[in-house]
Amino acid sequence: MRVVKNLWKDKLAAASFLVIMVTITAGIAAPLIAPNDPNEVNMNLRYAASSWEYLLGNDHLGRCILSRLIYGIRPSVLWVLVALFISVFIGAVLGFAAGYFRGKTDALVMRMCDTMLSFPGYVMALAIVGILGVGLENILIAFILIKWAWFARLIRTSVMQYAEQGYVKFAKASGISDFKIIYQHIVPVTLSDIAVLSSSSIGSMVLQISGFSFLGLGIQAPNAEWGMMLNEARETMLTKPELMLAPAFAIIIVVSAFNFLSDALQVALDPKLVTSKKRSFGTNAKNKLQEKEVAS
Amino acid sequence: MGRYMVKRVLMSIPLLLVISFLTFVLINLSPLEPAEVVLQSQGVPKITEELLEQTKEELGLDKPFFIRYIHWLIDCIRLDFGESFVTGKPVWSLIGPAFLNTFKLTMVSSVIIILLSIGLGIICALKEGKFIDHSVRGISFFLTSMPPYLLASLMIWYFSVQLDLLPTSGMTSYQSYILPVTVITISYAGIYFRVVRSSMLTNLNEEYVLFGRASGLPERLITMHVLRNSLQVAVSVFCMAIPIILGSTVVIENVFAWPGLGSLSVRAILSRDFPVIQAYVLLLAAAFVVFNTISDMINAAMNPKLRNDL
Repeated sequence: MRVVKNLWKDKLAAASFLVIMVTITAGIAAPLIAPNDPNEVNMNLRYAASSWEYLLGNDHLGRCILSRLIYGIRPSVLWVLVALFISVFIGAVLGFAAGYFRGKTDALVMRMCDTMLSFPGYVMALAIVGILGVGLENILIAFILIKWAWFARLIRTSVMQYAEQGYVKFAKASGISDFKIIYQHIVPVTLSDIAVLSSSSIGSMVLQISGFSFLGLGIQAPNAEWGMMLNEARETMLTKPELMLAPAFAIIIVVSAFNFLSDALQVALDPKLVTSKKRSFGTNAKNKLQEKEVAS
Repeated sequence: MGRYMVKRVLMSIPLLLVISFLTFVLINLSPLEPAEVVLQSQGVPKITEELLEQTKEELGLDKPFFIRYIHWLIDCIRLDFGESFVTGKPVWSLIGPAFLNTFKLTMVSSVIIILLSIGLGIICALKEGKFIDHSVRGISFFLTSMPPYLLASLMIWYFSVQLDLLPTSGMTSYQSYILPVTVITISYAGIYFRVVRSSMLTNLNEEYVLFGRASGLPERLITMHVLRNSLQVAVSVFCMAIPIILGSTVVIENVFAWPGLGSLSVRAILSRDFPVIQAYVLLLAAAFVVFNTISDMINAAMNPKLRNDL
């Protein structure tokens, strides 16, 4: 509850949270909210300016931009969140196993992670899309395959901090099963680390996945996706540059909202960070890792 | 130091082997039959069983998996990545020049990114909480939320079309570098200057700074000490930044039609040209390992404590 309170005090974080919630709701309820059919071609209305029926105007095929924007939330944001959730889940299972049991499990998981992380993220994603073929689901599979190793490694580090604590040793000595110790004593304390880790990579993931769609490797026409809408608008950039505005603002607003929220979450979960002075080495090393991740 | 170097280089060899094996496996997992792709791309009208068998034999695809891997690996070491399914040219003749072009773009951008991040990082750390710190961080925050391809398109629209100052695409003169390098710099400097800043801030709170101030050292000398220590962290991050940028210029290259690896790989993916994809993945993964090794070595040279880690 303290976390929610801290977050709420931060006005920017509260606004970001609201933006994200509205976006997600709009994405889920797209068929109810969208004023028109996003794929309905209407050649009479090509490049039409905004009107009451088509609030944001029409694109090069006369399709309703607002409806396409709303339907575009699904591949651009919702599916990215699903991919993130799956990779965090895989990373958490392996990270908990490696950090708690140590020994051979740890060595095996870490070697697997080292190998996966020795491929630069983008290259790995391109390779997987190259093999499986273009399409949104293949991009998402590629991202899950790239990200799990990274999450597994960081979650392991976080678990290790707690696995050596006195209360965990006590629980072990009193004969409580390993599964129960992990579930009751380690999961709750590492949850905040996991939340910070995963929220900090949403923004860059949304950008990267829309980048793949922009290149034509992601979702295929006629489905709407923000990156692809930008690519379509780019083709008529010389005559109709204003077509880029709607998808561009959508991406920038959502990505900044996620970034602001992740920063605020980090502060809310660890009040020590409010003043940037006197950071402990641990949190600092983590920040560095995150910054490195944003780049890959 | 010499021993550390040798050990570190030897350590990267098994990793390279694993990477090459994984690349090979990945391509072989493909649902498409390579022989069929070759025949299709050569425009063979009717693909018969017989023809497939014949092509398989020509490409050496009928041999056992492991033998094929060994043959492939030996060829790769000799820079022979086979022939492109689509154009029939040797893959190296396509990927070699492309790699060089991407490498040039990456190096120019990296140098600017490193200089800019160190400069901004130092300024923001020394003026922590002041107006300049807030504004630099605010701007970088906004710019890192912006998709690089959007930035690139906007810049083409403004500088090349509206003002007609710079070439829109291609790689013709030094002017062609300006826009892509700017876009890459903007998308990465914002991340790396934060690394320099936070490592400077950590060091500024160390006891040796307090000691220096207490003994009356001039502030300039203290800054030099702090800088030296904080750049150590930055060096390893920067060394890893180079391969990351090398691998992620894909989008920028496609927007600016830069004749590099990014454009080549996307074209290869869209036409399912496996030998090119394979060579691309292998080359960049190898570059990743090499830069990682170099960064460890530079770190060890700067900080003798790390040499005992192996």
